[in-house]
Amino acid sequence: MIEWIHLEFMKNALAAGMMLSVVLAVVSCFVVLRRFSFIGVGVAHSAFGGVALGALLGISPTLSAIVFAVAVANAIGVVGNQKRLSADTAIGIFFSLAMALGVIFIGMSNSYNVDLFGYLFGNILAITHQDLVVIALLGGLVLVSIWMFFKEFMFVAFDSEVAHVSGIPVRFLDHFFLSILSLTVVISMKVVGIILVSALLVIPGAAAAQITDRYVPMFAVAVAVALVSTVGGLWISYYANLASGATIVTLASLLFFISFGIGKLKK
Amino acid sequence: MTVAAALQPSGLPPSTPDIYPDTQLLVDMSDVWVKFDGKWVLKSIYLKCTQGEILGIVGPNGGGKSTLLKVILGLIQPDKGAAQLFGQKPGKQSRLNVGYLPQVSHAERSFPVTVLDVVLMGLYQQLGIFSRVRTTHRQKALEQLDRVGMKEHAAKPFGKLSGGQQQRVQIARALVSSPRLLVLDEPSTGVDSVGQEDFYELLASLRDNQRISVIMVSHDIGVVTTYADRVACLNREIHYHGDTGPWAETDAYQKVFGKNLKVMVHDARCISCMMRHAHHD
Repeated sequence: MIEWIHLEFMKNALAAGMMLSVVLAVVSCFVVLRRFSFIGVGVAHSAFGGVALGALLGISPTLSAIVFAVAVANAIGVVGNQKRLSADTAIGIFFSLAMALGVIFIGMSNSYNVDLFGYLFGNILAITHQDLVVIALLGGLVLVSIWMFFKEFMFVAFDSEVAHVSGIPVRFLDHFFLSILSLTVVISMKVVGIILVSALLVIPGAAAAQITDRYVPMFAVAVAVALVSTVGGLWISYYANLASGATIVTLASLLFFISFGIGKLKK
Repeated sequence: MTVAAALQPSGLPPSTPDIYPDTQLLVDMSDVWVKFDGKWVLKSIYLKCTQGEILGIVGPNGGGKSTLLKVILGLIQPDKGAAQLFGQKPGKQSRLNVGYLPQVSHAERSFPVTVLDVVLMGLYQQLGIFSRVRTTHRQKALEQLDRVGMKEHAAKPFGKLSGGQQQRVQIARALVSSPRLLVLDEPSTGVDSVGQEDFYELLASLRDNQRISVIMVSHDIGVVTTYADRVACLNREIHYHGDTGPWAETDAYQKVFGKNLKVMVHDARCISCMMRHAHHD
């Protein structure tokens, strides 16, 4: 039952999945606490526009997706802060715009060099050593950034109004968080795919919030949920011949429902 | 001050030396106007708050109370007129001396923080971005929790507390940065009546022992008449601004609340029952 680990592509997929689990879990805790779940969905989908733009311009899809997703995430942040427009309206508009642009870019590029389907749904066979380096570097950057602003992020998530009055730069921190959220999405694309990464931006944190009432255990449980989903999902997908990204997300959802049940029983 | 003088139709004249002798002004609003969507929500507001006083701002919902607080805090810029907070334009710098309690806590009940974590948040601005919370900070936070009678709950999850207890913890958070002014938006919301009484006694003791000023917005006239030193009656414009005692003698409350007075809190301190010309069933 362990020969799958010795396959080269599985080794890469596992290494990528485990690194991403930690990053996604930590980010998802703040997504849940700051109530940015829908923004996560929006930013994830807008990365598709970035990948397609990369295909059109013939540059690295990772690079173009980073620029595109960061831009869209911050645009959502700016527009969603207006009095006359709620954030979910802004997200609804921007993420469909980004997807639409993605489709247009693909049409214009006439290029089939880039595996767009792989970016949408994840393709663990395609993970290279270079991808692992990118995930390690950018994932590390995301974690260090969160560590640096940890207490400020917590205060803003807890009560942004009081945080603002007390002198915490709430708007800067929100934009900064949306930017590192975008980075997280982009480095996760190849493993779980754009469509499904939004699930992992929410589920680990949401599952942990059901059963913990302190933040250190919350982050620990979220990381555990993400690791079990990713490693377990890759294993099941290999033996049952299922799509890996979908299996990971299904397993994560199952873990969410279990912790939801435990949370209810505890009360 | 005479009743007639108290009923200036367009708020308080800029100089009223009789009620503000020589004391330091923490808040000074002068002919402030604020417009939302083409409608004036605050008209010609003159408002002062001195050191060591509890100022109650009463008025109906939609009368501009929260907007007024936001102008004081510098979160909204007036369209006309000027507001001063500690002698400066309200903003990031002058807000450092203010402890703020919002009307509703935006936090979810399940938010994973302890009572002590919440109080420590009050120190984050002073601490700065890269520094960590240390034992001395925890000590400081525990002192404030002790002051509001919540020390034994320090390790509990914040969401498990009652509304009144959460409010005390939020006061401790506001106090931990040593503010000179507390700004409270509808402090009675979600707190039972015993909890309320304790809470206002706590505010009075902060005023008496620390000379901390309090500005509180409320739609509960009973609370304001009992605990506030001065009161401002607000319905887009200020109908009365002065000592609480004489206020009960005027009909300013009727101008502001109109016929809706009956829906106000009714208890032993009910203002309507204290009125000579009360129409209460």
